[in-house]
Amino acid sequence: MSEHVYDVVTIGGGPAGMAAALAARKAGAERVLIIERDHELGGILQQCIHNGFGLRRFKTELTGPGYAQRYVDMVGETDIDIWLDTTVLETAAGGTVRCVSPDKGVSIVKAKSVVHSMGCRERTRGAIRTPGSRPAGVFTAGAAQRMVNMEGYLPGREVVIVGSGDIGLIMARRMTLEGAKVKAVFEIMPHSNGLTRNIVQCLDDFGIPLYLSHSVVSVHGNDRVTGITVAKVDEKLQPIAGTEFDLDCDTVLLSVGLIPENELGRGAGVAMDPITSGASVDQFRRTSVPGFFAAGNVLHVHDLVDFVSQEAEIAGRAAALNALGLLPDAGTQKPVHAGPGLRTVVPQLLSAPEAGKLTVRFYFRGSQPLGRAVIQLRADGEVVWDRKLKVVKPSEMIVADIPVSLLYGDGQRLEFSIEPLPESADDEALEEEEA
Amino acid sequence: MSRVTQPIQCIGCPIGCGGDVVLEDGKVVDMHGFNCDVGQAYAAEEVIAPKRMVTTTVRLKGGALALLPVVSAKPIPKGRIFDCVNALRAVEVAAPIKAGDVILADALGVGVDIVAARSVAAA
Repeated sequence: MSEHVYDVVTIGGGPAGMAAALAARKAGAERVLIIERDHELGGILQQCIHNGFGLRRFKTELTGPGYAQRYVDMVGETDIDIWLDTTVLETAAGGTVRCVSPDKGVSIVKAKSVVHSMGCRERTRGAIRTPGSRPAGVFTAGAAQRMVNMEGYLPGREVVIVGSGDIGLIMARRMTLEGAKVKAVFEIMPHSNGLTRNIVQCLDDFGIPLYLSHSVVSVHGNDRVTGITVAKVDEKLQPIAGTEFDLDCDTVLLSVGLIPENELGRGAGVAMDPITSGASVDQFRRTSVPGFFAAGNVLHVHDLVDFVSQEAEIAGRAAALNALGLLPDAGTQKPVHAGPGLRTVVPQLLSAPEAGKLTVRFYFRGSQPLGRAVIQLRADGEVVWDRKLKVVKPSEMIVADIPVSLLYGDGQRLEFSIEPLPESADDEALEEEEA
Repeated sequence: MSRVTQPIQCIGCPIGCGGDVVLEDGKVVDMHGFNCDVGQAYAAEEVIAPKRMVTTTVRLKGGALALLPVVSAKPIPKGRIFDCVNALRAVEVAAPIKAGDVILADALGVGVDIVAARSVAAA
């Protein structure tokens, strides 16, 4: 068993881990390490071969592997250490990282700062409790994506997709291009969870129907899936009797949401946000455990990797400052609440402000789709900031920079909320969403 | 004179305007429902000559993985997506590969190269 000492260690070498490590090195951390369980850096981007990544971060449209490549190259130009094929078993308070790899066996890393950047996992059939038999042929969309795009296997020929998350939509197109017949996409909600662009380019382009407010009520088949039964659902998402119909298929792909992969966070005793399933963090992405930071999909599930990189830079820089003894003490933290109309707000806590910082960037997710709306910040009930929005979609994160002067006023209870606005012809006055 | 109204869903931004484009003899004569220049330009191109980026994989020898992700350097005509993917089915390349390497030059004769999306070292 070998022991190693580092200033900053990122757990995971996906977009969050790479961006955090780069930011940490840039902020003055001398010894930085990325630990990655796969055989290469890049994380889930390597299997997301479609384009559409990097419009904000690199001002150009890249594929997932192309976006990863830019970061892999940037990391390669530094003296950041990279351990591949290495699985972290535990990250304990005090900064002890216990990991294992085939060539080194068990290693212990003592880190002044640890950045949790493990990403997320897909919800499975068990998570949505689909009734019926248990044949082969039911995959998560991401598992199918890995088979098709990296390993060279087609998981099936006649496909039904359950859930309209972006990975499911992307896989509808991908399976079609590889010669499979994608028969339909079923979404239990009355609105799609995917980007409009993906509905158009992955479904409409190939004539694949999207059924909203529909749920799978049974999976058929003994050894292999032979078909499913689908029904319309009511407002309470319950199947409506008499609306059932059958569809033959040999494959069911599930695209029904993502959950932060946070066993290591919980193991370290990090306080969690029950809604995001990630850590509760402050504006530095500092968790409740000293020396532990979190960024990317393990903190909250993002829709754009560009925001993951951005957030990881915040965490990586703070991790470096912490290692150097330069990170401001948390002081008395103010909680930031997600009020009506909002599902999540990150960061959830405000620590003492950093000298010279004029704004704090917040990331929000709305709880339901709206047209014109206004997002507001209330301090002790009084509106201190607002911004009009042309549209609110739960699938698309809202980003706002809030002036420090408004956050650190006398008001103790800070709450963001979203309210619908009446439709008006005054659209020109709406501010563009800025990120 | 043939007059056709075609519904178009804009993908330019999260608002996702849906509108109609009116064509006369294959020319755009009117449109409504698109509230900005980006949307109007998209709608006009989408009815006359829709284009899409193409991403797929080709076989790879001598790398850690069996497949190399590839992407069209520019969008290609939407109607040629399957031709493009089928042409790439027959292609096999060998590692090492550098991101941006041309994998299939001027695919389908539409003036667009297919390039490697990532680098792959020789195993």
